Amino acid sequence: MGNVTQQFLQQIVNGLSLGSIYALIALGYTMVYGIIKLINFAHGDIMMVGAYVGWYATTVLHLSFLPALLIAMVVSAILGVLIERIAYKPLRNVIRIASLITAIGVSLFLEYGGMLLVSPQVRTYPPVFPSTIYNVGGIIIKYGDIVMVVTSIVLMISLHVIVQYSKIGKAMRAVSFDTEAALLMGINVNNTISATFAIGSGLAAAAGVLMGVYFNTIDPLMGIIPGLKAFVAAVLGGIGILPGAMVGGYFLGLTEAFVSGLGWSTWRDAVAFLILILVLIVKPSGLFGKNIREKV
Amino acid sequence: MGKWINRQSLVTLIGVLIIYAIVQGSIFMDVLPPFVALTLIQICIYVILASSLNLINGITGQFSIGHAGFMAIGGYVAAIVIVKFHGPLILALLFGALVSAVAGFLIGLPTLRLKGDYLAIATLGLGEIVRIIFLNTEYVGGASGFSVPKTINWTWAFWLTALSILIIRNFTNSTHGRACISIRENEIAADAMGINTTKYKIMAFTIGAFFAGLAGGIYANYMYIIQPMTFSFLKSFDILVMVVLGGLGSLTGSIVGAVVMTVASAALAGLPEWRLVITAVLLVAMMIFKPTGLLGTKEFSLSFLGKKGDKNAASKN
Repeated sequence: MGNVTQQFLQQIVNGLSLGSIYALIALGYTMVYGIIKLINFAHGDIMMVGAYVGWYATTVLHLSFLPALLIAMVVSAILGVLIERIAYKPLRNVIRIASLITAIGVSLFLEYGGMLLVSPQVRTYPPVFPSTIYNVGGIIIKYGDIVMVVTSIVLMISLHVIVQYSKIGKAMRAVSFDTEAALLMGINVNNTISATFAIGSGLAAAAGVLMGVYFNTIDPLMGIIPGLKAFVAAVLGGIGILPGAMVGGYFLGLTEAFVSGLGWSTWRDAVAFLILILVLIVKPSGLFGKNIREKV
Repeated sequence: MGKWINRQSLVTLIGVLIIYAIVQGSIFMDVLPPFVALTLIQICIYVILASSLNLINGITGQFSIGHAGFMAIGGYVAAIVIVKFHGPLILALLFGALVSAVAGFLIGLPTLRLKGDYLAIATLGLGEIVRIIFLNTEYVGGASGFSVPKTINWTWAFWLTALSILIIRNFTNSTHGRACISIRENEIAADAMGINTTKYKIMAFTIGAFFAGLAGGIYANYMYIIQPMTFSFLKSFDILVMVVLGGLGSLTGSIVGAVVMTVASAALAGLPEWRLVITAVLLVAMMIFKPTGLLGTKEFSLSFLGKKGDKNAASKN
C-alpha cells in the first residue's frame, strides 16, 4: 500500500472518530432547533457537564465505561430539562432574539459556574479502555476509535427507533411540524419539548464522555468549540433533519482530520466556519433541507 | 443654526465638557489612580463598541455576534500603521476603522442575505475566522501578541467617543436611520414600501464595523499589547450583553449598558469567574423579566429642557 493511500485511510479513521462526536452533539442541536427554533448555545456546555459526570463516575465511583456513560446521560438529560424549564420556557412566545441571548447566558453560566464548582484545572480521564492498538496494514486503529464509532452508531440507531416508532417520537415530529396543530390534536407540547431536551442532552453527554475518554483531558471550557462545530454540522446537513446532522457531523470530522493531516491544524477551526458560511450562502437550508419561502 | 443650538444640545455639550474637564483635571493634578484611569478608557472603548453594535442589532435588527472580529481588524491595522510604518496616531485609527468598514462591507454583502439565527451564527463564525487569521499571521506576532506603544490618552479616547456617538445618533435620526428602523420592525413590509433593504442593512453593518474598528484602534494603542485571544467571541458576547442590558435599539441605553458593565467588571476584576457567572445570570434574568432591556427602544433624553423637544424615541414597541 502506498504511503499516500495509507495516510488517506488513517485520516479517514481519525475523521470518523471525531465525526462521531460531532454527529452526536449535532443531533441534539438539530432536535432542539427543529422543535422550538432555538440555537441552544448551551448544548456544548451540557456536553461538558456530561464529561465531568462521566469523570466522577469513573474516578470517584470506580465504575466502568457503560454505567458511567449511562449516569452521565441521565444527569445531563435532567439538566437539559431543567434549563429548558427555567430559562427557555418563559421566553417561548417573545421575540426570538431574547431566547438566543438567554441561550448565550445559560452557556456562559455553565462554563464559568462550572469553573467555580470544579476549578478551571484540566483533569485527566482514567484509562477506561485498554490501550490496544490495531495495526491494519499500516493504519493505526485505537481501541477508543472503535468504541467511539460503535457507541455513537448504537445511540443513533436507538434515536432513530425512538423518533420513528415510539409515541413520544411521533409527538416530537408532530410538534416540530406544526406546534399549534399538534396542540389541537391533544399532544402535550410542553412535555414533548422537555423530552426533546432530555434526549438531546443525553446524546451530548454521551459525546462528552467519549471525548473525555478519547482525548484524556476535560476542562470547563471544553464544550465551546465542539459545540459550535456541531452546530456547523447541524446547519450543514440541514437544521431540524436528523440524518442531516449525522452526515454533517461525519463530514466535518473528516474535513478536520484531512486539514490536520495536511499540517494545517491551526486552521481547522477556520475551515469549519468557512464551510458553515459557504453552506449558509449557497444553500441556507443545508444539504438535505428544502427551501421554504417566508410569507408575509 | 437655530436648529443646531437648542437648549437641549447646549446642556448636553456642557455636560460632556464637564465630564471631560473633571477627568482631565484630575489626570493633570495626578490624583487619579491608574486603575480608575484604565477603567475610564475602557468605558470609552466599550461605549463605542456598544453603540456601534446597537446600530446593527438594535436599530437595523440584524443579529450580528461577530463584533469582536471587526474590533480585531481595526486594532491590528492601527497597530501595524503605528509600529511598522510609524504613522501618526490619527492616521492609524482612521485607517484601522476604514479597513474594518471595508471588511464589514465585503462580509455584509453575502451574509446579510441571511436572517435571524443564521446571520448570528454566520457572524460568529466570521469573527472567529478573523481571530484565527491573526493567530496564524507571524507578521503581527501570532499567538504571543503584538506590542504597540501606548499613544492614546484620555483626551483622544474621550473626544473620539463623543464624536462616534454624535455620528451614530445623527445617522439613526436621519432618513437612512429611519429606513433601518423600518427593516427592524418588518423587513418584508419595508421592502414592499420600496426601501432598498439590502442597501440599508449593509450601510448599517459597514458603519457599525467602522466604529468597532475605531474602538479596536483605541484599544490597541492603549493596552501596550494585543493578542488574538482578546478578540474571541467572549468579547462579542460582552458587547452584546451591554447592548441588551441597555435595551436593543436605544443608543443611550447602550451607553448606560457599557458604563454599567465596564464598571461592574472592573469592580469584579479580582474574581474573573464570578464576573462571568454574574453576567450570565443577569443576562438570563433580564431576558426573562424584561426582554427589552433597561430602556427598551426609548432614548433617555433631556427633551424636557427644550420647548418643543426632540422626539427621538424610535418607536413604541
